[in-house]
Amino acid sequence: MIGEDIVMLSRMQFGLTALYHFLFVPLTLGMTFILGIMESVYVMTGREVYKDMTKFWGKLFGINFAMGVTTGLTLEFQFGTNWAYYSHYVGDIFGPLLASEGWMAFFLESTFVGLFFFGWDKLSKVQHLTVTWLLALGTSLSALWILIANGWMQHPVGAEFNYETLRMEMTSFPDVFFNPVAQVKFVHTVAAGYVTGSMFVLSISSWYLLNKRDIGFARRSFSIASAFGLASVLSVIVLGDESGYTEGEVQKMKLAAIEAEWKTEPAPASFTLIGLPNQAEQRTDYAIKVPYILGLIATRSISEEVKGLQELRVESVQRIKSGIVAYSELQNLRNGDKTELTRARFDEHKADLGYGLLLKKYTENVTDANAAMIEKAADDTIPSVAPLFWTFRIMVACGFSMLFIFALSFYYCATRVADQKRWLLRMAVWAIPLPWIAAETGWFVAEFGRQPWTISGVLPTHLSVSSVSSEQLWFSIGGFALFYTVLLVIELYLMLKYVRLGPSSLHTGRYYFEQQNTL
Amino acid sequence: MFDYESIRLIWWVFIGIVIIAFALTEGFDFGIGTLLPLLGKTDIERRVIINSVGATWEGNQVWFVLLGGAIFAIWPPVYATLFSGLYVAMLLLLFALFFRPVGFDYRGKIENPVWRNAWDWGLFIGGTVPPLLLGVLVGNLILGLPFHLDADLRSFYEGSFLALLSPFALLCGVIGLLITSLHGALFLKWRTEGVLHQRAQSAVAKIGPVLLVALAAATAWVFIGIDRPEITQMAGTAAPSNPLNKSVLAIGSGWAQHFQTYPWMILAPVLAFSGLALAWLLGKNQSTKGAFLCSCVGIIGLLLTVGFGLFPFLLISSVDPRSSLTLWDASASYSSMLLSFWITVIFLPIVLLYTRWVYKIIWGSITEAKVIKDSHTLY
Ligand code: HDD
Ligand code: HEM
Ligand code: HEM
Repeated sequence: MIGEDIVMLSRMQFGLTALYHFLFVPLTLGMTFILGIMESVYVMTGREVYKDMTKFWGKLFGINFAMGVTTGLTLEFQFGTNWAYYSHYVGDIFGPLLASEGWMAFFLESTFVGLFFFGWDKLSKVQHLTVTWLLALGTSLSALWILIANGWMQHPVGAEFNYETLRMEMTSFPDVFFNPVAQVKFVHTVAAGYVTGSMFVLSISSWYLLNKRDIGFARRSFSIASAFGLASVLSVIVLGDESGYTEGEVQKMKLAAIEAEWKTEPAPASFTLIGLPNQAEQRTDYAIKVPYILGLIATRSISEEVKGLQELRVESVQRIKSGIVAYSELQNLRNGDKTELTRARFDEHKADLGYGLLLKKYTENVTDANAAMIEKAADDTIPSVAPLFWTFRIMVACGFSMLFIFALSFYYCATRVADQKRWLLRMAVWAIPLPWIAAETGWFVAEFGRQPWTISGVLPTHLSVSSVSSEQLWFSIGGFALFYTVLLVIELYLMLKYVRLGPSSLHTGRYYFEQQNTL
Repeated sequence: MFDYESIRLIWWVFIGIVIIAFALTEGFDFGIGTLLPLLGKTDIERRVIINSVGATWEGNQVWFVLLGGAIFAIWPPVYATLFSGLYVAMLLLLFALFFRPVGFDYRGKIENPVWRNAWDWGLFIGGTVPPLLLGVLVGNLILGLPFHLDADLRSFYEGSFLALLSPFALLCGVIGLLITSLHGALFLKWRTEGVLHQRAQSAVAKIGPVLLVALAAATAWVFIGIDRPEITQMAGTAAPSNPLNKSVLAIGSGWAQHFQTYPWMILAPVLAFSGLALAWLLGKNQSTKGAFLCSCVGIIGLLLTVGFGLFPFLLISSVDPRSSLTLWDASASYSSMLLSFWITVIFLPIVLLYTRWVYKIIWGSITEAKVIKDSHTLY
């Protein structure tokens, strides 16, 4: 049996390195778009300041992009190094998606990023603009493919277990591609990236405005960021609500945990605004509830009920029992008994095979599981509520705070008084971490909430890991800790340096520090 | 459209193409990294060296990323076994690769000799360690790896990192490094003028003979000293992928025998030797483009030699021959491979087209004058 420590360390390593990758990803997603917008304005109006904006924000984007690539390599390696059984088990579905990402997205963004930086004098204006937009397209396509892969892990459609090859195999690519979970995930996450880029530009421009530096440059950046940011944050919130709705359909367990809905409430369920989830006693202390809202979010109706954790657990028990049958018929098939009856029984129960595999944590044979083991496995299907409950609320709170900031910024920008609202500028400067906090907590909700599965209902996490030793894991975790800490320090140092220099770093002779020196 | 057997074979060819594209393009990027601190004495010289690949190294690297993705998609058990089995080696490879994106991008951002020098050595590591490790990996593919599959097809690895470093594998590692260095020196020579051009040329003159001797030694070693297992019975080339449905004879007839059975395969090692020898002979004289192209031919020949030699094996198990993975029993399902096939057929030409366009735009010698002129935009 696979050691608990291996599973924990592998999860920790993957989770931390993925969260680390996602420090850089949303900024890349957002900045490429904003650069595209700025350069489009330049090409249309011919005003140099927009070219300078594209170049300066492009410099900051470049610093970030290098880290995005570096940390992305890690993830690509890790499916093989740390999740080898997973790779064997679902490579048939997952692999083509990752390969498509390579063909369609990574080549596009990585080939054109070089021209974006070095092609200014070699390309015509329109050619360069095209390159910038292709770069933006590349990053968004990258998000599309990887989120289809991730969406499939949350809601595995279009695939079936094959007892001869002992793995999942793709049965319908359109089903995988048009997976509703993947679609909402894509739009929510990409919009989150746009919010991140906008907030980044908004905050730094606000800081220049506060310091009365490069006013014209900063004001134009500020207005682009506030307009694009407002549109994006509205999308993120609307699409987040959509995520909640799809979750209500396909990931009931996660939704119930996010909402700390211990027992099924009569429809329409109320939404727990805040409270203290108490897992041991299965209730939420000091809960403040808003009537009707949860039912509306999750079911879009007032008559359907939202299932609570306890009821979902009862369903788990049923599925585990059915999974035992599936597993035992699978053994018969493998031992050469391919009679009609065996096949029919296997087909009838194979949708629950994953639930049977949950028992592997307690007994190698699965078929000899006793009642206590089944109960334990059923307990495992319930995620821990408190971490999900809190991280979700943090994300939502960040979302609404940013809506407030972008809305005001946009309003004052439109009325041309933004530079005088110093309190708003100060608030915008301090708000810079919000999109990152929201995105990281968002991923935590999505991924931790999927536990105990790597592939929801199909492959338990504890079976997915590689047969490696804990020494090897400590070696890699140590390496990541070392490299990632040093790299982060360097990255932040460079970022801050260039933010402080501002557009003067372009050496055009037109900006703040250059004017200071010549005066 | 195709049957299962053909698509398996087609994908063996396609993956070969991706490996070749990776070796030809990232090969010279690696070489540039290795040569950077050795050939560039001053900061400006080093900037010339770096900018000779500045605008394109990133796109080249995607061949490597794609290779990982393609193996995952087409041969999931190979991806699983190789990456988890060679855990420490893979992580060292990854850590070495870390130095590249940040090294290229951050080096020029601060004008401080300590900073720049540190990144130069970072780029050196990023260009030197990967070809060494990949060479060692190829050596071990030839020797076979100590892994087995259990009844659930979970893969277990019984070796350690140090055990990978056998004399033969180390020799292969050195060959890997010499090849990327030669390839990189030829590329640099092509793209520069003056003193760097000269230094690159003398590097070619020095690397060439060492490489040819090492290669001859490794070839002799393979034919004389290394066994090759043989498949005695298997479920069929169109059967569902399950490596355990076959029997394999631990000690087969050896590599020489394999090439005797298929005499046309000899073409590959001939290409390898003649390509690399010509690359050296032309490169140590005036030729630039011609020498580089010969080096490309040599590398292709060498990779084909390994591929043909292993065929139909992908990973040979040295402890449980039956667990060995072949292209017939370790592939993805038919429909999944067909999907990947169409995506590749559509996107490979598109990628090649725009990559060519980008090279055309940025092509031209890199000189110190150009680097000084664009000091604030170039690396
Ligand atoms: C929503 C978007 C998103 C998500 C969830 C992920 N990535 Fe990512 N990735 C990107 C969006 C992105 C990007 C925007 O395309 C990056 C970030 C910065 C960059 O340079 O490209 C990138 C870079 C990047 C690279 C370098 C590509 C290159 O050389 O150009 C690799 C290999 C990966 N990623 C792999 C992964 C894997 C295996 C992930 C799954 C766990 C993953 N990424 C999650
Ligand atoms: C970049 C954005 C992502 C972030 C921040 C992220 C975050 C996390 C976190 C926090 C965990 C640990 C969960 C736990 O320990 O309970 C995790 C696990 C995992 N995630 Fe993600 N994830 C991301 C993207 C993805 C994608 C796109 C995939 C697949 C395509 C993926 C696959 C996995 C796998 C295989 C695990 C390990 C098994 C597990 O613990 O569930 N992740 N991720
Ligand atoms: C304000 C209202 C918001 C709501 C109602 C909301 C809702 C959700 C939900 C339900 C999920 C889980 C999806 C899953 O489990 O698969 C999620 C995930 C996520 N959220 Fe939000 N969210 C909001 C705001 C934000 C903001 C402001 C950001 C970032 C700027 C953000 C970034 C993310 C990310 C990156 C994920 C993980 C990817 C995914 O599963 O889509 N969210 N969100």
